[in-house]
Formats: sequence, C-alpha cells, structure tokens
Amino acid sequence: MPQLNIADFPPQLVWLAISFVVLYFLMAKVAIPGISDVLENRQNRISSDLEEAKRLSEEADKAKADYEEALAEARSKAHGIVSELKASMTKEQDASKAELDAKLAKKAKAAETSIREAKETALSHVREIAGDTAKSAVAKLVAIDVSEKDVEAAVASSMKGDA
Amino acid sequence: MASEHSPLAQFEIKRLVEWNVGGLDVSFTNASLFMVIAIAAITLFLTWSMRGRALVPGRMQSMAEISYEFIANMVKDNVGSEGRKYFPFIFTLFMFVLFCNLLGMIPYTFTVTSQIIVTFALAALVFVGVTLIGIFKHGFKFLTFFVPSGVPAVLLVILVPIEVISYFVRPISLSVRLFANMLAGHTLLKVFGGFVVSLGIFLGWLPLGFIVVLTGLEFLVAFLQAYVFAILSCLYLNDALHLHH
Repeated sequence: MPQLNIADFPPQLVWLAISFVVLYFLMAKVAIPGISDVLENRQNRISSDLEEAKRLSEEADKAKADYEEALAEARSKAHGIVSELKASMTKEQDASKAELDAKLAKKAKAAETSIREAKETALSHVREIAGDTAKSAVAKLVAIDVSEKDVEAAVASSMKGDA
Repeated sequence: MASEHSPLAQFEIKRLVEWNVGGLDVSFTNASLFMVIAIAAITLFLTWSMRGRALVPGRMQSMAEISYEFIANMVKDNVGSEGRKYFPFIFTLFMFVLFCNLLGMIPYTFTVTSQIIVTFALAALVFVGVTLIGIFKHGFKFLTFFVPSGVPAVLLVILVPIEVISYFVRPISLSVRLFANMLAGHTLLKVFGGFVVSLGIFLGWLPLGFIVVLTGLEFLVAFLQAYVFAILSCLYLNDALHLHH
C-alpha cells in the first residue's frame, strides 16, 4: 500500500502543517469574521424590523380604537339629533293639531249659531205666515175681516196649546 | 504497466518539486498540491461568495453561511458556550477534510485524506490539543476522567484500564475511520473502472452503472466523514472541558 511508505511521510506532514496553519489563519482572520458580520447584521436588521412592525401594529390598533370611538360618538350624536328632531316635530304637530281643533270648534260653533238664528228666524216667519194664512182662511170662510190683533192672539194661543 | 493500473496506484505520492531542507524531505508532492488547492478553494469559496454581503443571500452566499452555521451549531450543541473559542479550529478542520474529500471525487485528482499519515496527523492534533486543554483547565483533576463515577471499587480495577485504553485509541480510530472510508471508496471505484474496460462494450455497462451509484454514495461519504471527524473532535473537546461521565 503506497500510504505506508515512510519515506513519503515527512513532505506530507510538512505541507499539511503549512496548509493547515495557513488555512486556520485565513479562516480565523478573514472568512469567519466576514460571515459572522453578515449574519449579525442580518440578525440586527431582522430584530429592528420586527420592532418596527410591532410599533406600527400598535399604532394601527390605536388608530382603530380611535376610529371606533369616533364612530360610536357620531352614532350617539346622530341618535340624539334624530330623537330631538322627532320630539320637536311631535310638539309642532301637536300644536298645529290643537290650533286646527280650536279653529274647527270655533267654526262649528259659528255654524251652530247661524243655524240656530236661521231656525229662529224661520220659526218667527212661521208665526207670521200662519197668521196670514189663518186670516185669509177665516176671511174666505166667514167673509169677515179679522183684525190683526185677534189673529195674532189666536195663533199664539193655538201654538201654546200645541206646545 | 501493472503497477500503473493497480487500484492503489492513485494513492502514490509523486514528488513534483524535489526539495530538501537540512536533511528533511520537504518536496512539493501531488499531496501538497491538493492541500494547497483545497485551502485556496475553501478561502475563495468563503470570501468570493460573501463579497456581496447581501442581506438576502444568494445561492453561493447561502452555502457559505450554511457551512458556518452548521459548524457553529455543532460546536454550540456539543461543547456549549465555552466552545466558542475553538470554533475557528473545528471549522478549519471540517472545511479542510470536506474539501479534500470532495476534491478527491474529481477524476484524476489526488485524495489527500486517503493518506493515513495525513488523517493521523489531524487526529493526533485534535487528541494532543484536547488533552492539553483538559490538563490546563483541570490540572490533576483531569485524571478523574478515567474513573467512572458510581462504580464499585472492585470494578474500577477493570474499568480504569479500559477507559485509559479507549482514550488513547481515540486518535487511531478517528484517523483510521476517515482514511479507510476514502481508501475503500476510491479503490472500489478504480476496481470497477477496471471491470468496465475488461468487460468491454457489452457487459461493461453493469460495472459502469455500479460506478454511477457508487459515486453518489462516495459524495455522501465525503460529507459524512468530514462531519463525523468534526463532531467527534467536538465531543472530545467537550469531554476535556467538562469531564463528563
């Protein structure tokens, strides 16, 4: 087996020592710091980004809460306005209804009065007509002229008897 | 001719540049070349892919970051916060073994980790380093690591030698595991490659299909052995730091 040739050992050991030491220093001084720097930077960047994200999310939560508060406030305000408006409208309506009622009542009263007047007038006319009729009827039947005074007395007594 | 086509020929060390310093052979060999290629590839991969330093990584940057986080998590999970100091070492170890394994998967390349002396040197480095860390951290108390707690004194006579042996076998098992996996995989690929040629155009398809499947398996093994090497180093380190038992 060529690997067991002792004469070949010294050059291999010497060059192994040289290359291993050189590689060790290249790794320790150049390669490893380079890589660990990059990894550290990334870690820092990630954690700072995460912090930023957390901050932004908190901000967003706060904005949402504010918005909801404002919304609730606006809603209650709108409710107040509506109920106020409703109340005032009802009041106005009641007032105008009362006014209308009063007006109508007045009108009805006036109408009643005029009806009563008309009736009274009519009734008084009835008396006159009845007297006239009776007078002419008597004149025609008995051919006498009855005085106005007697006729009126007769009508009055007959109406009284009727009543 | 025969040695040229031997399945083991691929593991031969070839001196590209003969070099001798004070009686020590420090020739630049094919193994040295692929070690240098591996460290160049690792450095290029980890710096070129990170050049954009993008907040959202692209494909290459993701791969570099995943390699980093994979080992960082491995050290954190297996050693704990005290392991942070040793992270560059474990990372270097993992990347070196992984790239040597993967470079070996390219045809005509040399697999550095198929050399027992290389894997043993790495395992010995881990073993000696971990033992020294344990001794410096705990002093004489480190020896209690070999004494399992809650065991009758009679059994300790048997258990302590077992613990000591199992401790000192660690570098051997660690190095042989990686070496044997690489050796077996590459030898098998070569052997079946030989079958393809000798069986010719009609029957050669069978071993060729096997090679395709085996290549997939070898990629898995390349990752897995690098992972195993790194995680066992972490576990040994954890033992030395915390003297768990």
